[in-house]
Amino acid sequence: MPARIVSSRTDAEVALADAYGAAKTRLPGGEAVRHLRDDAFGIFAGAGLPHRRVEAWHYTDLRSLMREALPVAARPNGSSLGAINGELAGRPSFGGGRLVVVDGTFVPSLSDALPEGAGVRSLADVLSEGRPELIDLLAARDFGEGDAVLALNAAMMQDGVVIEIDPGAEIVEPIEIVYATASAQPAASFFRSLVVVGDGAKVRIAESSIGRGGRAGQTFGCLVFKVGDRAEVGHTAAITRSEAGSLRLDSFVADLGARAQFDSFALVDSEGLVRRQLFMRFSGDDAKAQLRGVSLCQGREHVDTTLDVVHRGLGCEGREHFRYILDDAATGVFQGRIRVEKQAQKTDGKMMSRALVLSDEASMHNKPELEIFADDVACGHGATVGSLNADQLFYLRARGLDKRSAESLLLEAFAGELADEVGHEGLVARFRAEIAHWLGERTKAGKGSGGSKG
Amino acid sequence: MAAVQETVDRVKSIDVTEYKYGFSSVIEMDKAPAGLNEDIVRLISSKKNEPEWLTEWRLEAYRRWLTLEEPDWARVNYPRVKFDELHYYAAPKSHSGPKSLDEVDPELLRVYEKLGIPLQEQELLAGVEGAAQRRVAVDAVFDSVSVVTTFKNELAKAGVIFCPISEAVHTHPELVKKYLGSVVPTSDNYYSTLNAAVFSDGSFVYIPKGVRCPMELSTYFRINEQNTGQFERTLIIADEGSYVSYLEGCTAPRRDENQLHAAVVELITHDDAEIKYSTVQNWYPGDAEGKGGIYNFVTKRGDCRGKNSKISWTQVETGSAITWKYPSCILRGDGSRGEFYSIAISNGHQQVDSGTKMLHLGKNTTSRIISKGISAGKSQNTYRGQVSAHRKATNARNFTNCDSLLIGNDCGAHTVPYIEARNDSAQFEHEATTSKISEDQMFYCQQRGLSAEEATALIVNGFVRDVLQQLPMEFAVEAQKLIAISLEGSVG
Repeated sequence: MPARIVSSRTDAEVALADAYGAAKTRLPGGEAVRHLRDDAFGIFAGAGLPHRRVEAWHYTDLRSLMREALPVAARPNGSSLGAINGELAGRPSFGGGRLVVVDGTFVPSLSDALPEGAGVRSLADVLSEGRPELIDLLAARDFGEGDAVLALNAAMMQDGVVIEIDPGAEIVEPIEIVYATASAQPAASFFRSLVVVGDGAKVRIAESSIGRGGRAGQTFGCLVFKVGDRAEVGHTAAITRSEAGSLRLDSFVADLGARAQFDSFALVDSEGLVRRQLFMRFSGDDAKAQLRGVSLCQGREHVDTTLDVVHRGLGCEGREHFRYILDDAATGVFQGRIRVEKQAQKTDGKMMSRALVLSDEASMHNKPELEIFADDVACGHGATVGSLNADQLFYLRARGLDKRSAESLLLEAFAGELADEVGHEGLVARFRAEIAHWLGERTKAGKGSGGSKG
Repeated sequence: MAAVQETVDRVKSIDVTEYKYGFSSVIEMDKAPAGLNEDIVRLISSKKNEPEWLTEWRLEAYRRWLTLEEPDWARVNYPRVKFDELHYYAAPKSHSGPKSLDEVDPELLRVYEKLGIPLQEQELLAGVEGAAQRRVAVDAVFDSVSVVTTFKNELAKAGVIFCPISEAVHTHPELVKKYLGSVVPTSDNYYSTLNAAVFSDGSFVYIPKGVRCPMELSTYFRINEQNTGQFERTLIIADEGSYVSYLEGCTAPRRDENQLHAAVVELITHDDAEIKYSTVQNWYPGDAEGKGGIYNFVTKRGDCRGKNSKISWTQVETGSAITWKYPSCILRGDGSRGEFYSIAISNGHQQVDSGTKMLHLGKNTTSRIISKGISAGKSQNTYRGQVSAHRKATNARNFTNCDSLLIGNDCGAHTVPYIEARNDSAQFEHEATTSKISEDQMFYCQQRGLSAEEATALIVNGFVRDVLQQLPMEFAVEAQKLIAISLEGSVG
C-alpha cells in the first residue's frame, strides 16, 4: 500500500474545466438547470478523471487513456447536414420514426415524426422550458454514486432527444435514434436523451451510428429510461463505426416500475476506447429485465462494459449476459455488480460473462460482483475466459472446412446467439450483418490462426 | 405448539456470546511500554538478541511504515486502531527459552490444558481419543513469544527444522536471511510492513530435500495480555520433493477492547515440493453488540518457486470481529498448483473480507478455489479474490466456486472476484451463487424430527463439506463443532 499520491490536474482535466467555464452561459436551461450543471461539474472537478484507484474504473484508467480533451463540437451547418441526409437516404428504415442527432445536437429537419402515442422534443427545449419532473428524471441524481463521467455529461449536456410514450400506447416498429458526426475537425460532443414510457405502454428504441470516417472524436452520451408500471420496453444499441483513437463513454440509466419488462442488447464493434456503463434499478415489484451485449474487439481496442444493477422491488428477475471476442492486442473489461437491497426479497438474479481470447496479446478482465443484503434470494454469476474449443474445431475440420472458416463459424455462432434474442427481425438481421462483416474483415486480414492451439 | 415453544426457549437460552475460549489468565508478563518508535523496535530486537542485519531490516520496515497510510478499501468498518496505545511486545516473565516443559510457568501450561492443546508429547488433540494414533508437533505462541515446541528431537532426526523463528535466527541464520521477506517483502502492505518492524516470534519450518515430514506440525496462537497486538511471523520452506502439512489455531480472551493481530505467513516450495497449510481461526469475535473482538489483518502468501510444486491453503474462519486476509499463491514454477479451500462463517456483528489470489506466472499452472461463506446475525461476509494469468503463463487453468449462504434478514453476503486473463490459452471458470437455506430442505429435516437448529447445522455441514474434507482429521472434527457453535442463536 504505497503512500497516497496527491496528483495535479491533467491537461485533459484542465481543458474540460476551461470548456465548462466557457460554455456554461451558452448551454441551454434556466436557473435550476444551471445549478444542476454546477453541482454536477463540482462532482467531476472534485474527483477528476477516473483512474485505477477508483474501483469502478479499475481496468479503464481514463486519467492516463484520455490524453487530451477535444474542443466541443459546434452546431452542425447546412452543408454537413446535406451529406448526412444523403447517407441516411440509403439506409432502410423500419417505419417507427427516425431521430437524428448530429454531433450531439438533435436535428428535426433530418428526423421523422413519431407515430401516434409518442412525442419527441429536443433536450435543449426541455431544459429551457424547465418542467421540474422532466429535469429531475434527466438529472438521474441517484444513479451512479457520483460517477465522474456521468456527472461530466450532466454538466456539459448540449442536446439530445426527449421521447415521451403515452400510457397504454403500443408502438410496433422501433423508434430509431441515429448518431452522426459532421464536424470537420476532431471534436467532443455531450448529449443526453430521455425516454419516458407511460404505464402499460410498449415501445422499442434502437440506437445506431453512421459516420463518414476519418476523425477520432470524443463522445460522452447518456440515455435515461424511465419505465412505467407494466410497460414493455426493448432497447438495442449498435456501437460501431468510430475511428482508431476515438473515445466513447456511454452511460445508460434505467429505472423500472412494477411488473415492467425491459430488454436491452448492445453490439460493440468500435475502434479506440469504448466504455458502456449501465445503471439499472428495479424500483417496483415483479419486474423483469434482460441486459445483453456482444463486444467484438481487435487491434488495440479497449472495450469496457460496467453494470450496476440495484434490486429494490420485491420478486424481480434480472438476467445479464455479455460476451466478448478478443483478438490482436485488444482488452476487454466486464464489471457487473448486482446489489440486492434488504427489502428486495425473492430476487432472482443471474449474470454471465463469457470471453473468447483469440490472441496471445489480448487481455480480458472480469469482475462480476454480488452484493446481497436480503436473505431470501437466488443469485448467481458465472464468468469464463478461454479460447475456441479444440474439439469443435476438429469436428468442423473433419467435415472439410478449412481452419479459418471453421473458426469463423464458431465465432459467428458465439456472437450471433445473443443477437438472435433481440426479438425484431429487422434488427436481428442488422446485427447479424454487422457480426458477419467483422468476421469477414478479420478473415481478409489473414488472421485466424490464433485460438486453435491446445 | 409445544414444539415451537421449545425451539423458542432453546434459542433464547443460547447466548451468542458464548465463546468457549474467552477466559483470561493472570500470568506475569514482561511488556514493552505502549507506543511505537525506533527505540521500541530496537528493544524488541535486543530482547531477541538479534544480529545487526535483522535490527536494520526491522528499522527500515519501521521507517517505511511511517510513510504509509492505513488502507480502507475492504468492505469492513471498524474504529481505527490506535497504534500508539498498543504494546508491541509482551512475553511471559522468566522466559529465557525453557529447556523442557518443567521450566515452563505452570499457569501457562494450565492455559494450554484448558484450550485442549497437547504440550506433553505423545498426547493427542482433543476429540480424537481412540482414533488413529497420529501425533502432532506443536509450537505454542503466547502473546509475543513461542513458549514451547514439542517433538523437536524426533523431527531433527528426519532433518526437519521446526522451531521458533527467534531461535532459527541464531541456529540457521543463512536460511532465515535467504528466505525472510522473500515472499512478502517488507514494503508489501501496511500491516505486513508493521509486522516486519515489530514481529516478535512465530514458527520456522524447513523440510530438507526429499523428506516427507513424519508428523503434522502445528502452531497455536494465544493472545492473553490486554492492549497488546500480536505480530508473529511464520516462515515455511519445503525443499525439493518434500512434503509438510501444517496446522494453525488461534484463540483469545473475551475483552471489551479490540485487539490487533497482524501476522505474516510466508511459504516457499521448491521443485516437486508440497505444503498444505490449514487454519482454524477462532479469535474472540466480540459480544452480541459487536463490542470487543480481534482485528485479524493477516498477510499470508505462498510462492511455488519450483516446478510442479504445490501449495494448498485451507481455512475455517469462525472468529475475529474483523477478518481481512487473502492467503495467496504465486504460481511461478512451471506446472505448479495452488489450492484454496475456505469456510468463512460470520455471526453477530462480525465482518469478513477474505478470499485469495492465484497469480499464474509459469506455464501449465493450475489453481482451484472453493469458498463457502455463511452469514448470519448482523454480519457482513465478503469473498474477494483475484485470478490472473500472465502473458507467458500458457495453459493456465483455474476453477473458482464461491457459494454464499444467508441465514437471517440482517446480514449481507458479497462476492467480488477479479479475473484477469492476458493470454489466449488461459482457461478460467468462475461460478458463484448466493441463496438461503431452502424451505424445502428445512421442512424435510424438521418433518423427520430435527429441530430448526439441528436442521440448520445439518444443512450447513453439507454446504461446507467440500472444504471440510480438505482438513486434516483432527481439525475437521474441531471445525465441524466450531461451525455448530458459531451459528448458535442464528435461527429462530
